[in-house]
Amino acid sequence: MRRVLAGGGGLLLSLFATFLGLLFVTFVIGRLMPIDPVLAAVGDRASVSTYNQVRAEMGLDRPLWHQFLIYAWKVLHGDFGMSILTARPVLEDLIRVFPATAELATVGIIIGVVLGIPLGVWSAVYRNSLLDHVMRVLGLVGYSVPIFWLGIMGLLIFYLELQWVGGPGRLDVYLDGEVPTVTGMIMVDSLLADDWEVFDNAFSHIILPASLLGYYSLAYVCRMTRSLMLEQLNQEYLITARVKGTPERRVVWRHAFGNIQVPLITVVALAFANILEGSVLTETVFAWPGIGRYITTALLSADMNAVLGGTIVVGLVYIGMNLLSDILYRIVDPRAR
Amino acid sequence: MKTLLAALALGVGCALALPAAHAATPQDTLIEAIHLDDMISLDPAEMYELSTYEVNGNVYEALVAINPHNTGEILHKAAESWTVSDDGLTYTFKLRPNMKFQSGNPVTAADVVYSYQRLTALNKPPAFLIQDLGISPDNMKDTLQAADDLTFRMTVDKPYAPSYVINVLCATNFSIVDSQLLKSKEAKQADGTNDWGNGWLKTNSAGSGPFFIKQWKPNEIVTIEANPNYYGDKPKLKRVVWRHIAEESSQRLLLESGDIDIARNLEADQLDGLRQKGGFDYTGTAQNTNLYMGLNTKNQYLANPKVRQAIRYLIDYDGLQKTALREGWIINQTFLPNGVMGFVDSRPFKLDIDKAKALLAEAGYPNGFPITVNVASTEQSRMDIAQSMQATFAKVGIQLKILASDQKTVITAYRARKHDMALLTWGIDYFDPATNMSFVVNLDNSDDAKSKPLAWRNGWMNPELNDKAAALKMERDADKRKAGYQAMIQEWQDISPFAMMYQQNWVAALSPKVKNFFIGPSNEMTQYLTVYKE
Repeated sequence: MRRVLAGGGGLLLSLFATFLGLLFVTFVIGRLMPIDPVLAAVGDRASVSTYNQVRAEMGLDRPLWHQFLIYAWKVLHGDFGMSILTARPVLEDLIRVFPATAELATVGIIIGVVLGIPLGVWSAVYRNSLLDHVMRVLGLVGYSVPIFWLGIMGLLIFYLELQWVGGPGRLDVYLDGEVPTVTGMIMVDSLLADDWEVFDNAFSHIILPASLLGYYSLAYVCRMTRSLMLEQLNQEYLITARVKGTPERRVVWRHAFGNIQVPLITVVALAFANILEGSVLTETVFAWPGIGRYITTALLSADMNAVLGGTIVVGLVYIGMNLLSDILYRIVDPRAR
Repeated sequence: MKTLLAALALGVGCALALPAAHAATPQDTLIEAIHLDDMISLDPAEMYELSTYEVNGNVYEALVAINPHNTGEILHKAAESWTVSDDGLTYTFKLRPNMKFQSGNPVTAADVVYSYQRLTALNKPPAFLIQDLGISPDNMKDTLQAADDLTFRMTVDKPYAPSYVINVLCATNFSIVDSQLLKSKEAKQADGTNDWGNGWLKTNSAGSGPFFIKQWKPNEIVTIEANPNYYGDKPKLKRVVWRHIAEESSQRLLLESGDIDIARNLEADQLDGLRQKGGFDYTGTAQNTNLYMGLNTKNQYLANPKVRQAIRYLIDYDGLQKTALREGWIINQTFLPNGVMGFVDSRPFKLDIDKAKALLAEAGYPNGFPITVNVASTEQSRMDIAQSMQATFAKVGIQLKILASDQKTVITAYRARKHDMALLTWGIDYFDPATNMSFVVNLDNSDDAKSKPLAWRNGWMNPELNDKAAALKMERDADKRKAGYQAMIQEWQDISPFAMMYQQNWVAALSPKVKNFFIGPSNEMTQYLTVYKE
């Protein structure tokens, strides 16, 4: 028990150091950007006295190290400051935009994992079969076709022509604000409110962008699963199992797949984090008010409080995913306990 | 392959998704797709962003406004009439009786005083508009007064041209806010001073216009609803919704599928595509925004007026308009947008390589020189212009290097005079030629000058034109004033540190169901009072 506590303390300490480092690097990059943040706030026409007033309000007249200390102190107390772009506290903004991305990424990763893992296993088992070739081509397309283009094409076909799915945005405008915000994830909130019209509508809006994100992670998950499986399928213990008369399905799924579960957790965690950070373009095409777009817009306007706040959240998600895969590791793999 | 991809992408979707029936937009609600990401505050005393002007132009009333359909005419809004004293210093406005705010409070002269005082005292970006009339936080108690409930009096510091003063007061920043309501929302700022309700008004509204602000989700949506207390004819629509759709092709898809009524930011290609398909209406109006290139005279080559003149002959004004820009921009080589008093359509320049060569030879650079241009790469049309210039400049030996970045970076460099050339736009602050004297007047060319007009940013000062501009600002004969600016344009065109190119033309595509929609020449002039859907 003591060892676990000590380990936990060390882990927390290292997480905290990572966090501070992240904060510092982002802060410095923000200040080195060739955009004048005061100008971004007051615009091009303001008088000199207005400019100076706002510069002082933003604390930019103080030395850089002083600015950082003030900022770090406030963040540790849960105060991320005000966003210039939205005129609201950054924390409030993050609470609004993060669930939008989390919802999209979660549906995306579910699609990616549910399809990607079995397809990866089958591609390995029936390697060089038609399925394997198709998957390889699909994977290649996933790497080379810009998601931006695929998004527009998807909208053109499934939204405009076939009318199977909803268009850009999370909901049709007339349903906006119909269900009370609890988690910020509209599908969850509408279930909590037992409002199926909103749920259906939200689903019809999320399915296309989530499928796209899912497709990209599917390509990655499938390829990784395939190569992990191939490694196992060539091992001698499988031959032994087969010789002993174990059914092939059991050989593949129980013996071989059982052994790749641990590295697969890392693969899925990475894929999830990739979706989170790589959703900017998808969010733009689909007018999805998520964190990727929030940070990008803020960055282009030198809205540093917003950029830092957003970066911290993404950083925390990475740290959280690491932690989670560590825990899952221990559950799945008895040796790690 | 495409179908295969699509089938996979929707593999899960198809199994679960019901066909999403496309509900047409509700009859009493107008939904638009537009770029809203510039909106940072809804407070009229703080806003200086284009999309905010459009929203607040429908939410607030000022004393006076420019007629969107005839920009030479002043509309009487909250002010029924006004007089100017003989010495030209005191303006007295009689207010319309029976006007109410959205809260139900009456609109009185005290509200006008409060609104003008908070614009002055808050000292936010638009404060210079009123401070330029000599009204400051120190004197505002005396210069802004309510003589009675319906009489408002303003005293300016110099006998300005009345046309100038009234045109300035038409700016939406002079909107009348509900002082009773705002006083209850006042809070202390960080430095201990009163915030005049700014913290609250950033995200709310307190006006007397035809609509009020229902909600604003930054970078997502703005909704206004009909104001039941509006004094005039009630709006025909119950609700107007602007949705932020950054991607232009998404705007087109939404319009085509009927999920929005108006797409506001389609590019020329997309408009062409829609026209070929048919089924939509279009409306376009020349905007008060000029596209131009600043030529920094701090650069050794550009310091020579002959080089600057040569550059003006190296731009393919017509060719670019026919290819990359099309209906989005129209040629304008003056410092005023067409529609503003004093504009004259003087177009002395066209692409003329030989003339440019001769000018460069006279200047002592027959073989050209290297130079850079800062361009906002976020706008494809700007990159197109820069690339065209790169090609035409090369014909006379000028090696143009394009420095592409985002808009804010370009402006940061520009304001610090760190550019050689910069391709930018400039919109007017109010409908009066005095606003664009930024292109002409520079009273202090030192590096630490207090005021940094566009002429300063390009290191250029012309005392003679400074004097002329100062005199025109005081000219009380409106016709003489107009003629003065027209003459100034022609004098300035050959010597200025600018290559003026185009004026924006804003075209929107809309569903034929939408009636009476008109894009104003300036954002606040896009009015929704009489818009309706069939």
